[in-house]
Amino acid sequence: MSNDTLSATAPAPQPAKPVKEKKPASLWSDAWYDLRRNPVFIIGGIMLGLLVIISAFPGLFDTVGVEPSTCSLAQARKGISAEHWFGTDNLGCDVYSRVIHGAKVSIIVGIVSAVVTGLVGGALGLLAGFFGRWVDVLLSRVAEIFFAIPSILGALLILAVIGRDNAGIASVVLALSLLAWPMILRIMRASVITAKHQDYVMAARALGAGPGRIMMRHILPNAVAPVIVVSTINLGAFIAAEAALSFLGVGIQSPQISWGLMIADARNRFLEAPLPLLFPALFLSLTILSVVMLGDAVRDALDPKLR
Amino acid sequence: MKNPSIDTHPLADEVGHEPLLAVDNLHVEFVTRQGIVRAVNGVSYTVNAGESLAVLGESGSGKSVTAQAIMGILDMPPARIPKGEIRFRGTDMLKLSDQARSQIRGQRIAMIFQDALSALNPVFTVGWQISEMFRVHRGMSKRDGMKKAIELMDRVRIPAAKQRVNDYPHQFSGGMRQRIMIAMSIALDPEVLIADEPTTALDVTVQAQIMELLAELQRESNMGLILITHDLGVVADVADKIAVMYAGRIVEHAPVHDLYKTPAHPYSKGLLDSIPRVDQKGQELYAIKGLPPNLLDMPSGCAFHPRCPYRRDNCVTDVPPLYEISGTRGSACHYYREVLDGTLG
Amino acid sequence: MGRYVIRRLLQAIPVLLGTTFLIFAIVYALPGDPLQALAGEKRVDPVFAATLREQFHLNEPLIVRYGYYLRDIVSGNFGTTFRGLPVSTIFEGKFQVTFKLSITALIFEAIIGVGLGLWAALRRGRWEDKGILAITLLMVSVPTLVSGFVLQLVLGVKLKQSTGIDFFPVAGVQDGVRSYLLPGFVLAMVSIAYLTRLTRTSLMETLRADYVRTAVAKGMPRRRVLGRHALRNSLIPMVTYLGADLGTLMGGAVITETIFNLPGIGQQLFQSVYLRENPVVVGIVTVLVLIYILANLVVDLLYAVLDPRIRYE
Repeated sequence: MSNDTLSATAPAPQPAKPVKEKKPASLWSDAWYDLRRNPVFIIGGIMLGLLVIISAFPGLFDTVGVEPSTCSLAQARKGISAEHWFGTDNLGCDVYSRVIHGAKVSIIVGIVSAVVTGLVGGALGLLAGFFGRWVDVLLSRVAEIFFAIPSILGALLILAVIGRDNAGIASVVLALSLLAWPMILRIMRASVITAKHQDYVMAARALGAGPGRIMMRHILPNAVAPVIVVSTINLGAFIAAEAALSFLGVGIQSPQISWGLMIADARNRFLEAPLPLLFPALFLSLTILSVVMLGDAVRDALDPKLR
Repeated sequence: MKNPSIDTHPLADEVGHEPLLAVDNLHVEFVTRQGIVRAVNGVSYTVNAGESLAVLGESGSGKSVTAQAIMGILDMPPARIPKGEIRFRGTDMLKLSDQARSQIRGQRIAMIFQDALSALNPVFTVGWQISEMFRVHRGMSKRDGMKKAIELMDRVRIPAAKQRVNDYPHQFSGGMRQRIMIAMSIALDPEVLIADEPTTALDVTVQAQIMELLAELQRESNMGLILITHDLGVVADVADKIAVMYAGRIVEHAPVHDLYKTPAHPYSKGLLDSIPRVDQKGQELYAIKGLPPNLLDMPSGCAFHPRCPYRRDNCVTDVPPLYEISGTRGSACHYYREVLDGTLG
Repeated sequence: MGRYVIRRLLQAIPVLLGTTFLIFAIVYALPGDPLQALAGEKRVDPVFAATLREQFHLNEPLIVRYGYYLRDIVSGNFGTTFRGLPVSTIFEGKFQVTFKLSITALIFEAIIGVGLGLWAALRRGRWEDKGILAITLLMVSVPTLVSGFVLQLVLGVKLKQSTGIDFFPVAGVQDGVRSYLLPGFVLAMVSIAYLTRLTRTSLMETLRADYVRTAVAKGMPRRRVLGRHALRNSLIPMVTYLGADLGTLMGGAVITETIFNLPGIGQQLFQSVYLRENPVVVGIVTVLVLIYILANLVVDLLYAVLDPRIRYE
């Protein structure tokens, strides 16, 4: 009887009354209760919070007093020193201050793309799932067409059309969002259809609530959780994609600073001078890590059956 | 191919009258995040060959957990069995090795579950699932196993068994699926069959057919039958004796007709009174008031006292033992005599 | 089963048409005259230009040009570039490189992802499980761009320097299968993490299923319960993920190909976008979309093989 995984079958009997200290509450306040006690959420939150502050006020962190634009070729590829905490790059620019100033692009592209796709995909998914019939057929087919395009290649294509001269944060957000909304639509649509057939929605309908009210008051709050989970996870993917596109030269353009661009610049001399590549790479990974941690925690909180 | 270590157990000969299956002072608890849930608190019952015992109780009363402990399919952890014995032909199964235990499970003690749709594997044919018993436990060939499967499906009266043996569970109706479940459980002629709410998920008409089938199979093979249910109406025709469970304890046990005629515990009485009867048409239906107890925060004294219409002061403080009324009856109520006489209230 | 296959095939056609048209439209929406871009600063001979315009139907409306393009593709002709090179010549060898890279990645993914996932599920809640989950967290967080360079430095260069043996070539494809090992692993890393988590959740869910309890109650040995009853059911989402991922890997190979200097399709596409070789761009994306849709089709069919409930719908 010691084989726990196999005889792992009888669910523990649920206490008939909810436990006193924890009030019976909605999914949201329950989720918040769990999140506040989850170390993964706290660590991820602190890390992301710090990065957001860095991206909003990079000047605060420029303690060495080195502007990202003051470079001197004589100082190229110097190692770590008191003046250059992270060394200098191929053009003799201070890597530390460039890394600090590069946070802005990653954070903005990630958050804006996640919000845009969440709103657009969410709204369209709500319509498709709620109205069904031709609305669903039309939206789902269009989504399927966009969905079949490999995302990095598609974004590469779109950014090439927009052209380097117009490339910037806005165009990267556009390219990424254009290809990512169908995923959110699918998820929203599926959870709306599930919610639509729940008894309480049937009951609301039987009591004469109008379609608008049913959609916004009864279905949306109960269907939105998976969209929030996936949007959080997407946030990390968007940050990685921005770095990749900038690395390939179609994303953010110099003199703007992006970690992807820094990696591209440091690439040629990487094997002899790895530091100018490794520091932006480290920050890129830490940023994504913080978002992934938040995403994991949110998913666990909103989807307790996986625990 | 019975397990020799069991039949040659010294106690079996010495005692002589040892029943086929005996649950003795069994305790089961679950370790949860909120604390320890005591799901079963000292349950004892016995079943003999050819005898059928109905275990009656609400959900959370511990009746299913007891059955799962007998089968050895409890999840441990979080479950654990701090005390008690489960003796099969005199041998305490809780002391057996995993190996010896799995020789009993499915072959000598079998179980059928409530929801046959989820209890049958969706990706294998019903024939495969029934014949698996013969292939794995009896080393039969695929072909012979399938023949046996068809025979069994005939025996539980599934029409056109030969044609349907290669169908998947989702292609059958609820009643037919439960028959397949039964066929699978009786495949190796078990000595004890545990049926955990076998008819709860079915239509009323189908319920009667399944109960009839179970009763018939039991008569033919002289099995011991443990019928777990929350529905008093189901058991009257099939069971010989009844054990009523409440909050992890047996509160009353009795031969079935005695209990129906004169219940000796307020809870059994309440259950009987809440069965709708034709002669009471027009009257308000009786219902036991209050909610089942919270297993994490059990009431003091008699666990039923907050819901008991006959509650006295000492019910709140003293836990009633299972008083013996006669050789075959017992009640865990301080005032069972008054309940029996109908003088309480 | 037959009807299911036909239905799925028919459903794939509008997606294919829609997606290729979308790509076609995006590419030909590129601002500027592609001929002028080709000629650079030089003046374009108007007669020659007119012939080219005629040959490439540049004067026709977009939808008509798409029609011509479709006709050519169906007959296996991906067209020629403005320089006169047949697109299929440019494709030569490139798809093989990307395909080999993606297959290598897929094999890594299947072995490591499924293996780790099963291990974690069976050790649920213990330190092995927690360790594997932490590893997947890190793997998801390190993008290809970073893992590629770091592993190239550590496993490619430093390992060679310290041992004198070139375990993992860091650039090009001249070392055969060995050339693909490191880039294949880099390409697979994020997917390995996702598949590990998917396998873990899927098996954990199956282990909780009623039919697994039934198998235990039938007295089936532990190995049989896991290997036949539980695994067979949890295989379904795993196969779905692996199949769909082939298309994703091939489409996402561009970064890996750039870091490890592999002459694959991603690099070609990147160059062609810059050179405005529109037929090449559309051709590449069309083939990739085709692979993506076919892979999904195969997955759907496998799905029906694995799950009888779908087969008999």
